[in-house]
Amino acid sequence: MTDDTEPQQFPLPAILTYPSSKTPELITQGAEGRLYKTTYLLPSVPCALKYRPPKPWRHPVLDARLTRHRILSEARVLVKCRREGVAVPAVYAVDEAAGWLALEWVAGAPVRVGVNEWLRRRRDSERAAGRGGDAVVTGDAPGDADLVALMRRIAGALGRMHKVGIVHGDLTTSNMMLRPWGEGRERPANGHAGGQGDGLLEGEIVLIDFGLAGQSTSDEDRAVDLYVLERAFASTHPRAEALFSTVLESAYREAFKQAPIVLKKLEEVRMRGRKRSMLG
Amino acid sequence: MTKPTNTGGGPLIALGCEGSANKLGIGIISHDPTTGKTAVLANIRHTFVSPPGTGFLPKDTAKHHRTFFARIALAALRAAKVTPSQLACICYTKGPGMGAPLQSVAVAARTLSLLWDRPLVGVNHCVGHIEMGREITGATNPVVLYVSGGNTQVIAYAEQRYRIFGETLDIAVGNCLDRFARTLAISNDPAPGYNIELLARKGGAVLLDLPYAVKGMDCSFSGILGAADILAAQMRAQDKILETEGPGALKEGETRITPEDLCFSLQETVYAMLVEITERAMAHVGSAQVLIVGGVGCNERLQAMMGSMAAERGGSVYATDERFCIDNGIMIAHAGLLAYETGFVTPLAESTCTQRFRTDEMLIKWRDD
Repeated sequence: MTDDTEPQQFPLPAILTYPSSKTPELITQGAEGRLYKTTYLLPSVPCALKYRPPKPWRHPVLDARLTRHRILSEARVLVKCRREGVAVPAVYAVDEAAGWLALEWVAGAPVRVGVNEWLRRRRDSERAAGRGGDAVVTGDAPGDADLVALMRRIAGALGRMHKVGIVHGDLTTSNMMLRPWGEGRERPANGHAGGQGDGLLEGEIVLIDFGLAGQSTSDEDRAVDLYVLERAFASTHPRAEALFSTVLESAYREAFKQAPIVLKKLEEVRMRGRKRSMLG
Repeated sequence: MTKPTNTGGGPLIALGCEGSANKLGIGIISHDPTTGKTAVLANIRHTFVSPPGTGFLPKDTAKHHRTFFARIALAALRAAKVTPSQLACICYTKGPGMGAPLQSVAVAARTLSLLWDRPLVGVNHCVGHIEMGREITGATNPVVLYVSGGNTQVIAYAEQRYRIFGETLDIAVGNCLDRFARTLAISNDPAPGYNIELLARKGGAVLLDLPYAVKGMDCSFSGILGAADILAAQMRAQDKILETEGPGALKEGETRITPEDLCFSLQETVYAMLVEITERAMAHVGSAQVLIVGGVGCNERLQAMMGSMAAERGGSVYATDERFCIDNGIMIAHAGLLAYETGFVTPLAESTCTQRFRTDEMLIKWRDD
């Protein structure tokens, strides 16, 4: 989520006003709430604190009900993903009455940043080689192997999440992190494809921002999840759009048993679009 | 933009006919190509009001429009002090809207076009609302919340289209309010939503529990209407108990439901939803301006809530009053004239109307930002 307005000085939630070795840092202000970087229990444990401030224009009873419901729902979804082995941030602490959720800090950069930087470098090197540099990425060139491998890892992560009965509701390349490979998180045997990316696209996919997520095993909901990502991917990385159907779909297909049916449904969702014609 | 040259360089004047729902409106607007100024010369409206407890049916509404069209058109010409020969074009609502009322106004517009030998311009009703809102408020590139009896959309402009970011998944918010007014048998004069607003101002002792249905940037109102209807039925049951058994007959701890609290709770819930989806669209496109258009946009509680949200994001809300919020002919004249100035006309053979006509189907040739 982006915002071009001036960064504003917001009052901190009470939890962040206690003495601490590190000052909390405001990371983003979305429509839903604010994300701070702080620490949890020890100064050495970084933590993401999602704070949903009260909305003064809402009736206080309604506001408290919504905040409570949404924080608990996000925490439940994250815990379920974690238990089932889907890579998501761990839930450290919840105070639904005060409106915050403390999550594990995920190191690394969003997939969007990595992909855009990769595409920029690719264009520059194409130009240096005397070509136009506007060519779309098909995935066939040897240098594209990095991006293809990344798309396969994304598809795998989505497949695992859908398999355990969670739909994300807001999939974009900003809501996926590339966490550096590390202890206990070894890169899969075929993880590194030796492309030109200089490790830009390396890392484990960690899905974040489950603020609109829900529990569902319906093929329709899963297909809509993929469709939302497809649309977001096409508008964020137009030159790599073609890779979506070729790579992501084929890798997703292998992720779980229901996947082929979901992809069939995706065709239907694409045909009707998200929007239907309605009566004036 | 290429301006038509057959007018001798003076201001262009257009007449707009609107009748997509229960308002018949005829407006006359003038655009001065040299100064870029827009002037509202006439904006006459006549509303078909159905008795309390009922809605407006297509057949009766179409009959109303047919009955009043000539009268309103003459009144508009008189108010504007304009003769038919001065008009550049006749604009009419092509859709979306209710079929029969749309048709009767389209027929009338065609008649005027043939009678006075002026070209026709078919206009998308939603684009009319947006363009008139921008003109009146001066908002340049706002996120638009379009809320009326038939539409609920969150819209933002990008690359010559008004793109729909979010919308209702079932009934429009105004439809939800209108139908709840029928449940309570509130007067439809001047508008059911206005009478709900007046009642809601007297309520607020309690917030009754209603569903809250937001999905990303979309929302849904039919479940809320159903729940509000159930509460209204409970209220009538309480009335009966109190009448037969006297005061104090309600169960211990039972909330006495009143029409005022029902209206208050309904407003608080649905407007909170509208503000939420608008805020999400603003965060998404990075805009701090909001423009509210459509009949529900007159509601002062909605305007106040939206204003508070926009202020927190460092922006502001733009809204108009009932002359321009509620369906009117001037907005059709304005949007039609903007299209006409880019060379757009609707040939007689294609001057149809349609119940379904999405906001993003229209190419906005007059904007190039």
